[in-house]
Amino acid sequence: MDTLDIARWQFGIITVYHFLFVPITIGLSALVAGLETAWVRTGGEKYLRLTKFFGKLFLINFAIGVVTGIVQEFQFGMNWSDYSRFVGDIFGAPLAIEGLLAFFLESTFLGLWIFGWDKLPRPLHAACIWLVHLGTLLSAYFILAANSWMQHPVGYTFNRDTGRAELNDFWAVMTNKVQLATFPHTLTACYMTGGAFMLGVATYLLVRRRTPDADRPMYRTAVRLGAVVTLVGGLGVAISGDYQGKIMTDVQPMKMAAAEALYDTEAPAAFSLFTVGTLDGSQEKFAVKVPRLLSFLATGSFDGEVQGINQLRAQYRKTYGQDPGAAYYTSGDYTPVIPVTYWTFRLMIGLGVLAAAAAALFLWVTRRGRAPTGRALVMIAAALPLLPVLANSFGWIFTEMGRQPWAVFGLMTTANAVSPGVSPGEALTSLIALTLLYGVLAVIEVGLMLHFIRKGADPFVEPPSPTLGRPSDEPLTFAY
Amino acid sequence: MELTTVWFGLIAVLWIGYFCLEGFDFGVGMLLPVLARDDTERRVLINTIGPLWDGNEVWVLVAGGATFAAFPEWYATLFSGFYLPLLLILLALIVRGLAFEYRAKRDEDRWRRRWDTAIVVGSVVPSLLWGVAFANLLRGVPIDADKEYVGGFFDLLSPYALLGGVTTLLLFLTHGALFIALKTDGDIRHRARDLGVRVGVAAAVAAVAFLAWTQGLTGSAGSAVLFVLAALALVAGLAVATRGREGWAFLGTFVAIALAVAGLFTALFPDVMPSSLDPAWSLTTTNASATSYTLTVMTWVAVLFTPIVLAYQGWTYWVFRSRISTRHIPTDPGTSSSPAPQPVS
Repeated sequence: MDTLDIARWQFGIITVYHFLFVPITIGLSALVAGLETAWVRTGGEKYLRLTKFFGKLFLINFAIGVVTGIVQEFQFGMNWSDYSRFVGDIFGAPLAIEGLLAFFLESTFLGLWIFGWDKLPRPLHAACIWLVHLGTLLSAYFILAANSWMQHPVGYTFNRDTGRAELNDFWAVMTNKVQLATFPHTLTACYMTGGAFMLGVATYLLVRRRTPDADRPMYRTAVRLGAVVTLVGGLGVAISGDYQGKIMTDVQPMKMAAAEALYDTEAPAAFSLFTVGTLDGSQEKFAVKVPRLLSFLATGSFDGEVQGINQLRAQYRKTYGQDPGAAYYTSGDYTPVIPVTYWTFRLMIGLGVLAAAAAALFLWVTRRGRAPTGRALVMIAAALPLLPVLANSFGWIFTEMGRQPWAVFGLMTTANAVSPGVSPGEALTSLIALTLLYGVLAVIEVGLMLHFIRKGADPFVEPPSPTLGRPSDEPLTFAY
Repeated sequence: MELTTVWFGLIAVLWIGYFCLEGFDFGVGMLLPVLARDDTERRVLINTIGPLWDGNEVWVLVAGGATFAAFPEWYATLFSGFYLPLLLILLALIVRGLAFEYRAKRDEDRWRRRWDTAIVVGSVVPSLLWGVAFANLLRGVPIDADKEYVGGFFDLLSPYALLGGVTTLLLFLTHGALFIALKTDGDIRHRARDLGVRVGVAAAVAAVAFLAWTQGLTGSAGSAVLFVLAALALVAGLAVATRGREGWAFLGTFVAIALAVAGLFTALFPDVMPSSLDPAWSLTTTNASATSYTLTVMTWVAVLFTPIVLAYQGWTYWVFRSRISTRHIPTDPGTSSSPAPQPVS
């Protein structure tokens, strides 16, 4: 393997790994903030107990999300230095602003939230976790703006003298139409993930025998909160995803064709639910199709024309050259790996729909004060948090793989983006070290999560009145 | 002033903030097995930085992001060139960050001992390697006409670079010990102060040697003044530490680190990454920079939001200003509870 392959594997592995934790962080920070606010407003003991219980799970998850995020920022320079040189003028700005606006906010106010139970007045303490959530939103906005620029470059000129893309309209980058579709889609998926996490954990605690009967109403509250958030989030994901599909067809028609393995332009085009094809994806042997659905998904009209891979490939060759050999273009068929795009697209949608359906089921079985029992529900509960988590991963794999061979669509191929000075040995060292470490950390993280989930919520303890930094001989209410 | 110069200055400020702030929490991490005699004392040390270390670490993330945005060529050459040291720093920061959060999550000795090791290793490695990296920046590294680093890993380990690493290591140890002296009470406070002074003397010797060497290599009049002031601040800090004035002593190491880093950046300017092969191939603030449009946008964002960040981060230090000691450590780690107070040690 050369440095390029290794760097691509590393990007895929550590980015997907990082994004297992990010949506839980974003979704759960909002849910924990909501629960604490409910406690501050009503004084209801169950809200505080749930705040602390899910807060603890949130922190276990947050810690690993943060440390794996550091690698994300540094690897652009380490593995993709030619990319960094080419787009730094544009791509670096959202990254730097993300650090200044979002990371400081998250880390500072999370510290205040964790250690501030006996220091800050209650409303201020609740405000801290809301600010953490605001930080996660800002972070998502800026990093998605950077990614959207790679999908659909706007607000720049290509400078022939410096050989790089240069920013000329920052506002255009911040309001890129791809970004305006991607941000709501990703965000609602994050809420869905947080909701499904809460739903799964709380259902397990509600249904299992060991749970004290007095605690069941509390867990039922969490089940219903999680279910409502998952369902509403799921609705948002569907609506924004539909909109995003049309934008994608507009700016990256090849990605839509690849998602569908649509080789020849069709009008109207059918959506295939399931296809068995040859291994390279070039021919289908068996397919289940819904007529006209793809036309609607791609264009908003049931008769719309959807361009096929073959026609687009010819068009791209005309636009970008057969083999220009110049700095930022390579020869190639301009086509992503079809089976990957086809299946990740379907898995993303299918798992998301399953999660929303499960949420609806739990709303039904907990209706009008009911507290269900049964092993089947525990099994569903255990699987539930995984559904949106996996859907997120497949969604990102689809988005990034579907853009290939481009790193920046129409401007720079991935092959040209890699660091020329990094040896395969260095890249492999990094790939192996990070993958092994991440593997070990995953085992530790899941072990800790399960440990605290099994323990359930701690008994209610009235938080002390705040001292705001005054010296006190009392033990700290929270200490590592 | 040119915007490129402004951004060189802002990146210097970010590194100063990073070394002054995370410097002491690295020091606390490294001193965990040295200063603490039992688990409760280790927890006292960890809790002095518990609410603060994460915010401190963000400074380096913003420094990295700002370098990417303001000097893309510098970011690309530096991070791909110093590949393996940076990988080691990343691995160290990962295990260290998790250790603080996860250590208290299980009440088992073996679990805690392993995370303690992670904290120590995670603090030693960056403390050493940041110094090595900065020394290499100042001395110059093999960079070719295409702005690519063409050296290997071992090119980064010259005697000068290793002295740089030892200097940051000793400075952070001193800084951390004095921070512990400032933030704790009881027996541990006195031990930390004594250790801070003793390590501080070694740090002062290393720092003077390193800064003098740097001044000889690439220094200017401005850097000489800053280096001398830095040395004076360090010595003054150690002197007041012996008299038990921990606040002033900590301020001394804080100012010493700030002035030393400011001096290093002054000595570096207008290069950002000099080439040891040919001065014409050096990366400078102008040939490595982003466009003036990008720098203008970034300047506005920095001007508007930096004061807000400084205000709330400063406020955090105020909220957690009280000293802690073994009697403040609850028996049940990582949870809110009201346990019986422990006897005052």
